[in-house]
Amino acid sequence: MLDLVLTQTLNGLASASSLFLVACGLSIIFGVTRIVNFAHGSLYMLGGYLAFTLVTWLGPAAPIGFWGGVVLAVVLTGFVGALIEVLILRRIYQAPELFQLLATFGVVLMVQDIALAAWGPEDKLGPRAPGLRSFVILFDSRFPSYELFLIAVGPVVLGLIWLLFHRTRWGVLIRAATQDREMVGALGVDQRLLFTSVFAFGAALAGLGGALQLPREAINLHMDLSMIAEAFVVVVVGGLGSVAGAYLAAVLIGVLHAFGILILPKITLVLVFLVMAAVLIVRPHGLLGKAGAEPRGAAGGLFLLSPADGGAKAFGAVALGLLVLAPLAVPDHLILTLTDLTIFAVFAASLHLLMGPGGIISFGHAAYFGLGAYGAALAVKWLGASMEPALVAAPLMAGVAGAIFGWFCVRLSGVYLAMLTLAFAQIAWATAFQWVELTGGDNGILGVWPSAWAASATAFYYLALAIAVLVVLALRVIIFAPFGYALRAGRDSPLRAEAIGLDVGRLQWAGFIVAAVAAGIAGGLFAFSKGSVFPTYMGIPRSVDALLMVLLGGVQTVAGPVVGAFAYMGLNEQLMKLTAYWRFVLGLSIVLLVVLFPRGLVGTWLYWRARRAAA
Amino acid sequence: MQIDRRRFVAGTLALGVPSLARAQGAGPIRIGEINSYTAQPAFLKPYRQGWELAQDQINAAGGVLGRKLETVFRDDAGKPEDAVRHAADLVTAGKVDIIAGGFLSNVGLALADYARQNKRLYVASEPLADALVWSQGNRYTFRLRPSTYMQAAMLVEEAAKLPAKKWAIVAPNYEYGQSAVKWFKELLLKARPDVTFVAEQFPALGRIDAGATVQALEAAKPEAIFNVTFAVDLANFVRAGNTRGLFEGRNVVSMLTGEPEYLDTLGAETPEGWIITGYPHADLQTPEHVRFRDAYKAKYGDYPRLGSIVGYETVKAIAAALAKAGTTDNEKLVDAFEGLSFGSAFGPVEFRKIDHQSTLGAYVGKSALRDGKGVMVDWSYRDGAKYLPSDDEVRKLRPGA
Repeated sequence: MLDLVLTQTLNGLASASSLFLVACGLSIIFGVTRIVNFAHGSLYMLGGYLAFTLVTWLGPAAPIGFWGGVVLAVVLTGFVGALIEVLILRRIYQAPELFQLLATFGVVLMVQDIALAAWGPEDKLGPRAPGLRSFVILFDSRFPSYELFLIAVGPVVLGLIWLLFHRTRWGVLIRAATQDREMVGALGVDQRLLFTSVFAFGAALAGLGGALQLPREAINLHMDLSMIAEAFVVVVVGGLGSVAGAYLAAVLIGVLHAFGILILPKITLVLVFLVMAAVLIVRPHGLLGKAGAEPRGAAGGLFLLSPADGGAKAFGAVALGLLVLAPLAVPDHLILTLTDLTIFAVFAASLHLLMGPGGIISFGHAAYFGLGAYGAALAVKWLGASMEPALVAAPLMAGVAGAIFGWFCVRLSGVYLAMLTLAFAQIAWATAFQWVELTGGDNGILGVWPSAWAASATAFYYLALAIAVLVVLALRVIIFAPFGYALRAGRDSPLRAEAIGLDVGRLQWAGFIVAAVAAGIAGGLFAFSKGSVFPTYMGIPRSVDALLMVLLGGVQTVAGPVVGAFAYMGLNEQLMKLTAYWRFVLGLSIVLLVVLFPRGLVGTWLYWRARRAAA
Repeated sequence: MQIDRRRFVAGTLALGVPSLARAQGAGPIRIGEINSYTAQPAFLKPYRQGWELAQDQINAAGGVLGRKLETVFRDDAGKPEDAVRHAADLVTAGKVDIIAGGFLSNVGLALADYARQNKRLYVASEPLADALVWSQGNRYTFRLRPSTYMQAAMLVEEAAKLPAKKWAIVAPNYEYGQSAVKWFKELLLKARPDVTFVAEQFPALGRIDAGATVQALEAAKPEAIFNVTFAVDLANFVRAGNTRGLFEGRNVVSMLTGEPEYLDTLGAETPEGWIITGYPHADLQTPEHVRFRDAYKAKYGDYPRLGSIVGYETVKAIAAALAKAGTTDNEKLVDAFEGLSFGSAFGPVEFRKIDHQSTLGAYVGKSALRDGKGVMVDWSYRDGAKYLPSDDEVRKLRPGA
């Protein structure tokens, strides 16, 4: 038994290495530029693919060919990172911080199609490393030499980075920028060059992580997203911007995986996120993180949220009128699309309550959408409920979850809070996925169809539209009610809000519950519109969809999320029909929209109107 | 009266009167094909090529019922809700006569439920879930590929002959992996009450921690291993197993591993002597298959994968059903699919009336290395009809059958 414990520890340490390299690059980039680089997993994947191609080309059998290929791949990935920074990110440093997340997500989509086009769909199993092909006998079992090499890579890179940061001018500047980037700029340091070099360095580390996987795992097109979620976890558990914390967290997660396999072989999916939730609840800034070194989040926009004026109201009324009249003019299949878009508008508006007035970024908002859908589906499946009561069950279930998750989440702030919401969403997702007896697992719950009177496309559309209008208006009332203003006070100045007697934590908690209830309503409607419910309803991609809708529309407007939902999901749907390379086009569109409209669509429109009025 | 006339038209069409066929609708017959193209490109690119080859061949020969076949391809990105959205869009826009496709089990089940609700024919090409034809089976859904149960049953036949008594299991932690394991255990214990299962590993799909998983299996000292991992999990599992000697002196029985999609990735790393299901594309010399393979190579300059067969035969099955029904009328097409038989590249196939499962089989053989590439040897074709439960049992599994 002791043998097994020791070998599993070594296995965990070996898996931790690449995780550390990727997470450490992510952490350094965040520390200096404040960019949450969603495309970091894509750089890891590129590193793997480039290494595969270069190593094969240079000759995998000779050490020069193999290691030369790895080094070249790392350099090239660093170069790609620099390119992303110069071409895209440099243009939007002034925008609210989440927009950079949005832009890097666009890059993720583009890289997925580029990699598919360049390397084809098959997984690539690379050659084993020359000189490290064999194994050693450890504790009576074989242990691959390459894994031993990987175990050493982590601490060695950690040491080199320490030297770099403490013994070179560049490193000192980076540490200074992590503490106070305005000050570094004021001292006359060329920030542009510094940011580009940091981004390239972080990208190269991700590339190294990918290239070193070559002798170990098959390079494939899903590496990007599976790595990025885990890398975020490591960065947050370790403490943002802390390289040593990233190493500690990577080792913790790696070893945990290895032992999870022995002890709880069926719930490895959720283990990581349980640990993240536990760490954040006990240590709100991660293991080695410091309080204060984090961004203000979605707030800090240029506008204060203000009630719509006459022009905007007229515009909204016309849009609503068109939606009401739509079934008279458009064919049935477009009504189906409009139904979906209406439901997503509710989903986006619910997240907006948290992000806009609340200043709370939720990375896991799909949890409430999905739990609403499951609430409805479970009522149908287990209680034999018809549509009407099941639609009530949806916000109930989501609201209860919102109350529980929110209670923990509002104790944190910024990115840590966002990551805790993600952890809860993943726990909910894994529960739906693995509690097969209750939820049908991956196969979902089928047969969740509307009552007879709402079965036709038009009838269900009107039902969804009516509920959507009610929910969106209710959210608007809440935003401009004293509660909404109090929420904003808590966002903009927690200290002063507390001083005048507002209980910021309690307000945010209430905001969480309201947002969850609204998202649950959307989820319940969605379940009946599709006739079935699956764990994918609360997967990470759906949470990302919600963020994208709100950001594209504009955080500091009430109409923004609704417009964003129609724009983003409509674009998504049309592109999927029009081209096989829809991911590339969608990604490019997102990047262009972010660069051209850094305030979001509605935000830009308002800004443009305000400027004209002022002129 | 009207029904009688329709029947009359259908009857004459079946006799092959082209002028009447044109009168029924001169435009092409359209199929809506929904699949996870961006999520599962390794299987679905060859699949789509096989599909287009069959369609071209049929159209070159004058089409079906005197009309050409045309396909609208849609990508569901691996999400069942998107698949349902596409299905509804394709059907309500009146663009398609038939819905087909699906790779993931949950996408297949979602489409089947849509088919039941809207009374539309759905031809499931690839999804392997048993529920598709049994617990969730319905009048409007038909499935081409041998299901999880069938492939597990084929492997159990071989596994029962092995001397091994202590088995370990590794399977991806989602529905397909769980049901493959369930059937394998149940059927093997029936054939060999003396076996025991000493270890089970359920890595998350696409996220296997291969080294630690291999170590955990090794620690249980099994005599044989049943493996359900595929794609990237399989490659990682095999590499870790090879470097750690997990497969030495042990029998391994493995689902799907013989599919060229996966053997090609394994390459020189392919372990020898595993008992596998798959598709020996290079060595299969029956006239039907050679015809298919030559045509495929001529069109694409590449050899067919298993996906190519699945895409190709789905179109052939649809064409055969159209010819049998003599009409694109949805209900008549459904009737035509029940008991439909047609010739595939693997031999004759029938869509069983009782559960709408086709009897398309699979090849069972052993893995081997040839010139640094993975191949299947000692293979033989297992007719799917022989690996399905009896009618009585099917009636229990499929309510309403």
